[in-house]
Amino acid sequence: MALSVKHLLDTVSLTADDITQILDTGRSFAEVNSRAIKKVPALRGRTIVNLFLEPSTRTRSSFELAEKRLSADSLNMGGSTSSVVKGESLADTIQTISAMNVDMFVCRASLAGTPHLIAENTDAVVINAGDGKHQHPTQAMLDLYTMREHFGHLNGLKVAIIGDLSHSRVAGSLVPALKTMGATPILVGPPTFQVSDPAYWGVEQTSDLDAVIPEVDVVYLLRVQLERMGGAVIPSKREYNRLFGVDERRRALMRPGSIICHPGPMNRGMEIMHEVADAPEAKVLDQVTAGVATRMAEMYLLLGGEGVAH
Amino acid sequence: MLIRNVRSIDPQVGLDDVLDVRIVGKRIAEVGAGLSAGDDEMLDGTGKVLVPGLVDMHVHFREPGFEYKEDIASGVRAATKGGFSDVATMPNTDPVTDTGTSVRYQIDRGIEEKKTRVRPIGALTRGEKGEALAEIGDMIEAGAVGFSDDGHGVQSAGMMRTCMAYVSQFDRAVIAHSEVDSLTKNGVVNEGRASTRLGMFGWPALGEELEIMRDIELCRLTGCPLHVAHISTARSLELVRAAKADGLPVTCEVTPHHLFLTEDDITDAYETNLKMNPPLRTPDDAVALIEGLVDGSIDCIVTDHAPHAKHEKDCEFEIAAFGTIGLETSLPLVLTNLVLPGRLSWQRLVEAMAISPRRILRLDPVKIEAGSRADLTLVDPRATFTVDLDYLESKSTNSAFLGAELTGRPADLFVSGRHVLVCGEVA
Amino acid sequence: MAEQGPKARIMDERDMRRTLTRIAHEVVEANEGIEDVALVGIVRRGADLAELLADELEAIEGTRPPVGSLDISFYRDDVVRHIQPVLHATNIPFSVDGKDIVLVDDVLYTGRTVRGALDAIMDFGRPDTVQLAVMVDRGHRELPIRADYVGKNVPSATDEDVRVSLPETDGAMAVEIWDAEADQPGGER
Repeated sequence: MALSVKHLLDTVSLTADDITQILDTGRSFAEVNSRAIKKVPALRGRTIVNLFLEPSTRTRSSFELAEKRLSADSLNMGGSTSSVVKGESLADTIQTISAMNVDMFVCRASLAGTPHLIAENTDAVVINAGDGKHQHPTQAMLDLYTMREHFGHLNGLKVAIIGDLSHSRVAGSLVPALKTMGATPILVGPPTFQVSDPAYWGVEQTSDLDAVIPEVDVVYLLRVQLERMGGAVIPSKREYNRLFGVDERRRALMRPGSIICHPGPMNRGMEIMHEVADAPEAKVLDQVTAGVATRMAEMYLLLGGEGVAH
Repeated sequence: MLIRNVRSIDPQVGLDDVLDVRIVGKRIAEVGAGLSAGDDEMLDGTGKVLVPGLVDMHVHFREPGFEYKEDIASGVRAATKGGFSDVATMPNTDPVTDTGTSVRYQIDRGIEEKKTRVRPIGALTRGEKGEALAEIGDMIEAGAVGFSDDGHGVQSAGMMRTCMAYVSQFDRAVIAHSEVDSLTKNGVVNEGRASTRLGMFGWPALGEELEIMRDIELCRLTGCPLHVAHISTARSLELVRAAKADGLPVTCEVTPHHLFLTEDDITDAYETNLKMNPPLRTPDDAVALIEGLVDGSIDCIVTDHAPHAKHEKDCEFEIAAFGTIGLETSLPLVLTNLVLPGRLSWQRLVEAMAISPRRILRLDPVKIEAGSRADLTLVDPRATFTVDLDYLESKSTNSAFLGAELTGRPADLFVSGRHVLVCGEVA
Repeated sequence: MAEQGPKARIMDERDMRRTLTRIAHEVVEANEGIEDVALVGIVRRGADLAELLADELEAIEGTRPPVGSLDISFYRDDVVRHIQPVLHATNIPFSVDGKDIVLVDDVLYTGRTVRGALDAIMDFGRPDTVQLAVMVDRGHRELPIRADYVGKNVPSATDEDVRVSLPETDGAMAVEIWDAEADQPGGER
């Protein structure tokens, strides 16, 4: 049994079975990652290209580590060294790299739909490592993994997703994934950060953070990405922090046993205060750890599953 | 030439009858039943429909400046293929068509092709920069049929007032591309469901509607005829309806893609041929626009024919060029979706695609009666075909309707009596 | 496909229990006691067998050796052709450094599973020795691997399937020969 998808482009296409399989397999890789020798030969001889058209130290490191621990051979292509910025079309770049017989592309891009465009131009498997304001499915998987490890289940969880919702690929993939697994996301942010059609996702959206915090199991803080806004839609960091930042007062409103997640990197003093970021309920480092294991699982399942069709 | 036994439809003269039509030289010589053939070449019109030559008053032919997308020769072939005797070309060329000389250039280039006529629309402001009036009078002398900064709106209300006041001394319409840049900035798909689903910056309906409101008030102030280009929302239509009810000289147009496609047609495959300016809107908007076309609130159908080279569309959606080609598919789409299913009458079709655009562009009317100029389109309402690369004549292939299976197409076209489209093939 | 039933029953529960007792004695003898011995079963049936073998060793020596389990999915050399739907946890709750590790599996066939298991064990540390105990050796080796402790040698044809049933996984204890079927669970591929 393999995943129902050939590529990991978004979370909308994933079934509950797919997600469960990724999380279960991720657990096995978490065990591998806890060993002294954190490497297995599962993808020995496979070639994976990390095509990062938008800089990202964290996500790329996580993928690189996952690839090394699976014994895959990997090649990094970045925005500054890629010919993409020299006027070559993306399709040409992908066809050129594909001609070197690679097995997988891991792609990060600033433009929505780029991974889909890559998939159209190669026979290799494509993993979306974040495309513009659209989707970031591997982030959603590590988030779900972290929540499931803490609560033991996902069904019935209430998750407040707080911040710059309309520019967030993290929200874009986490919301459908949570819904597929039977959890209930609630979107919280200033109106200028809200998505224009929450009904499309079938979720509620509000600006009243204090009313939401006591109701939820997970307080998921989004990074406020000033570089992605295309215009100032909040007056200042200071005001955002007062209205939507999680400080000790808001932490005290949280339900017992509830947790805080953040995709990183955190803007301390903006969406989260220092003392809260280091509190035991903040699972930020658990998320990072889960990231390597779940990405190993995704690559293993996608590359292993490919052979079934042949 | 004698076209025999053809259903001839022209609401201008109250005509809808199976008749024979004789063309002599550049003019219609005779319209009647059982005309004698004499020495004339015969064209059997059985089962076909003859209408006054179609006009598309909103196309982009890209010459000069962007000949790699389209030039006047290829654009004219596409127009002839689509059954159009006249097309009005938008001035966003390079350099911008903002002088009498550049208007004259396009007309002359069109004449050389000996097919569909090219009727240039001049820029309202120099370089379409929205800063200083272009030489409107000079362009009218050269043959400009209207004025527009199409491609973007005139952002300054004061500048737009000046433009409309100045144009009001001539008998021409100002054609407004209605878009408030500060609202639509960065937008690539309709704001709402599509922008949420696809994760891209939204283009709010208000960005169009607000500028239409402003321009209607400027029309009221200046008396200058206002033609609203490619309306795309139900509210835009309401605004135009209200202005007409007030007796203002306001008209508007709609494209086939805003009638027959919606934001929901853009899938996770990010089809760049569906990236439009204005963007594809909601299904409710499309329904309202069709109603507006049927009841006459929308004056005409235009294509906004916007050719782009492969490399400008074969890329990420957010950086792809806006627009679709449309000349070759406009009539077939309207026939397939509206006329043949009985939702739009042939009379309304003729008004929207032949009569109204001539009126708005101040062109001489063309009628199916003796003495009129022989600009005639013969439609085969039963021919079925697939929109594929072979069918297209444009230099570019960025059609939003590639692969569509359509029924009804232009079979023959006469421009001043010259038989330029013969059995669906450009002569 | 309808199951036709086994072609032959090679061992029943009594045979298997007797054999485990014998192997336990051999392990004790070969290692001069079980002070440094640890058992690692290859999931699933090898892990079950390792627990049974540990029971026997405890009965003989009075102390129970550490028992771990090993899932070799990530070490298979045919991951593109075969993917485990559910991975079984590898769990080795002791240091393998300096130990005499007895790898336990149900059937020894081509040797590829054992090769994977050897790689996996080495990733956990540096044992003094690694020994191999199997309930059945059915021949047809493709790699230079042999078992130190063998329950029974069962010469078999490649179109046959040797199946070991165990209480934990199958609810019964037996060794049987079946006609091979596609996608047959159990046994070594």
